[in-house]
Amino acid sequence: MTLRLAFAYLASRPLATILHVLMLALGVATLAFLLLFTSQAEERLARDAKPVDLVVGAKGSPLQLILSSVFHVDIPTGNIGLEESKAISRHPMVASATPVALGDSYRGHRIVGTDASFLGLYDAKVAAGRPFKEEMEVVVGSEVARRHQLAPGAKIVGSHGLAQTGPGHDEDPFEVVGVLAPTGTVIDRLVLTPVESVWHVHEHHGDAPAKTVPEAPGKKHKHDHDDDEPAKAPPAGPAPGAVPPGMPPALMAASQGGRLEITALLVKYRTPLAAAMLPRLVNSSTSMQAASPAYESARLLDMVGVGVQTLQWFAAIMMASAALSVFVALTSALQERRYDLALLRTLGARPLRLASLTLAEGVTLLVSGVILGLALGHGAAHALGLWLAQSGSWPLAGLAWAPGETILVAAVFAGGFATCLVPAVQAYLSDPASLLAKR
Amino acid sequence: MWRHESPGEGPAGGIDGKTNGAGRRQDAVTHSPDLPEAVRDQAPMLEIRGLRHQYEGRTVLSVPSWDVLRGEASLVLGPSGSGKSTLLNAIAGLATPTEGTIRVAGEAMTGIAPAARDALRASRIGLVLQTLHLIGVVTVRENLRIAQRLAGLPPDDARIDEVLANLGIANLAGAKARQLSVGEAQRVAIARAVVNRPPLILADEPTSALDDANCEKALALLLDQAQATGATLVVATHDNRIRERFAKRLEL
Repeated sequence: MTLRLAFAYLASRPLATILHVLMLALGVATLAFLLLFTSQAEERLARDAKPVDLVVGAKGSPLQLILSSVFHVDIPTGNIGLEESKAISRHPMVASATPVALGDSYRGHRIVGTDASFLGLYDAKVAAGRPFKEEMEVVVGSEVARRHQLAPGAKIVGSHGLAQTGPGHDEDPFEVVGVLAPTGTVIDRLVLTPVESVWHVHEHHGDAPAKTVPEAPGKKHKHDHDDDEPAKAPPAGPAPGAVPPGMPPALMAASQGGRLEITALLVKYRTPLAAAMLPRLVNSSTSMQAASPAYESARLLDMVGVGVQTLQWFAAIMMASAALSVFVALTSALQERRYDLALLRTLGARPLRLASLTLAEGVTLLVSGVILGLALGHGAAHALGLWLAQSGSWPLAGLAWAPGETILVAAVFAGGFATCLVPAVQAYLSDPASLLAKR
Repeated sequence: MWRHESPGEGPAGGIDGKTNGAGRRQDAVTHSPDLPEAVRDQAPMLEIRGLRHQYEGRTVLSVPSWDVLRGEASLVLGPSGSGKSTLLNAIAGLATPTEGTIRVAGEAMTGIAPAARDALRASRIGLVLQTLHLIGVVTVRENLRIAQRLAGLPPDDARIDEVLANLGIANLAGAKARQLSVGEAQRVAIARAVVNRPPLILADEPTSALDDANCEKALALLLDQAQATGATLVVATHDNRIRERFAKRLEL
């Protein structure tokens, strides 16, 4: 009876009820969306950065180096000499060093010149076909294969830069030899090929010396590659000398013959002590820079966090306003129907039932606002996730539950319940005889 | 301060001085353990002893002794501010008198816990308020169901239909209470007071705001329903038009 009566009172003023619920829902939706976005972004960055302890690349912004070489969303800071990077690979504190040579992309998916150890970094398995072995062979990530219906045997043509509309390398098609199983990491959105492929494509397009400049967004690509190749291809034939630990033989061999360049080296430490020593060593005694993905990710989240925090405060203020409006609504409703409550007392209702009735009304508004807010927040995240997936960016899952949401819901209920208690206590303390006498 | 008028002795003195022998219903009544059932059945429906109520140090009501027998229809008559509503509130357990005792159907309404008072009121007393207040956001049927539930009775739509039909408003069962005319609301208020077959019906100024024709109709309905359910009726009013319809009167 209490609930039915509470619903009847709410239904008797539909516009006010809808507005109160909407105000509450918008606050909850904004916070839920931000929680989903930040928690998934943090998780995603952590997952993508975890396999790499240190990135060695050209001097410049360390964040840009990480964004380009680990998350593959930015242009590189430049290239580094293969010979110089070998010294890092040979360091006893280095367990493995994976080269990456960047420059081209396939329909917005970066083509990464690397070696087989790259797959190991992300525990990636070949779902169809086989890993790449020769020049111009590629293995594509699961997301790339899904979006472009690629299977082993398919031919793809890269284009320069990261833009989907960059000038193509039509005369140097790649052959897809394998498709990777999904990993939930950045590798799902990459096209992997031997480093030699990158050198080959860029050698084929020009005979300039290996003077390298990183790709620049919007920069018009001169197809003679006189100034934007990541590296120059070496003369053919094996090179003499021992292969340093962590350095792929093919790369080593290539490096013996001339000035070769790669974009970055992804380093895994052999010992935790390396975290303190190696970056300092690279930064102070080489022409390269070392950047920690974990540190730069945290810095990135801190920077983004300022904006997110502002939005969170905004949403919290919205919710506080909504709670206040519910309080005002309940108090004025209580005033309007004080005779109804007095009547219920004359019919035998206990004061606790009157308090419950007022509380039920407030809690109904709260529950409706929270449910609608969560639906809106998750719906918006889901819609954005679908759009991001279409554009090849990392997906945002709207149907997930962020850990902070439990706290959000609990806080909204606790605050809302406390707000409803005041009019409920007023209802509890109302004196029916004096009210009826006044009428 | 008060005057008690009664034309007859014993259980006589019902509507228009006629004995109302119809039923001595004990439906939905919980008996007090302090009196044996046989004694309770013989006791007056309403017993007031040494009742005095003060407000801000001023005595606003004083009734040394007054009994209303089962099935009687009684009138509490007095001008505005004479304490009529206070007396009905005290009988209904909505106000606590400063002194004195009130017993309803043999059970004490004074000196008991508020929860017990609420339970006793819900099960034993039907109230018709001065303003005929109904809960406007729900239907007429729901208004009557609320009265049933608060009395601890299961919802009984058959009984509701019966009462509404008796009052000639069966067609209003599904109407929202706020859409009713004054006359319709009056009938619904009476229906709500009798739907649980309470042994005692209290009506506070049920006719004061009505013209002569409607005053007569409302009173007739009230008396008829009380008679039909065998209830004792106490009407408090300053409306002298109905004075002669009650043989038993308490003047304040």
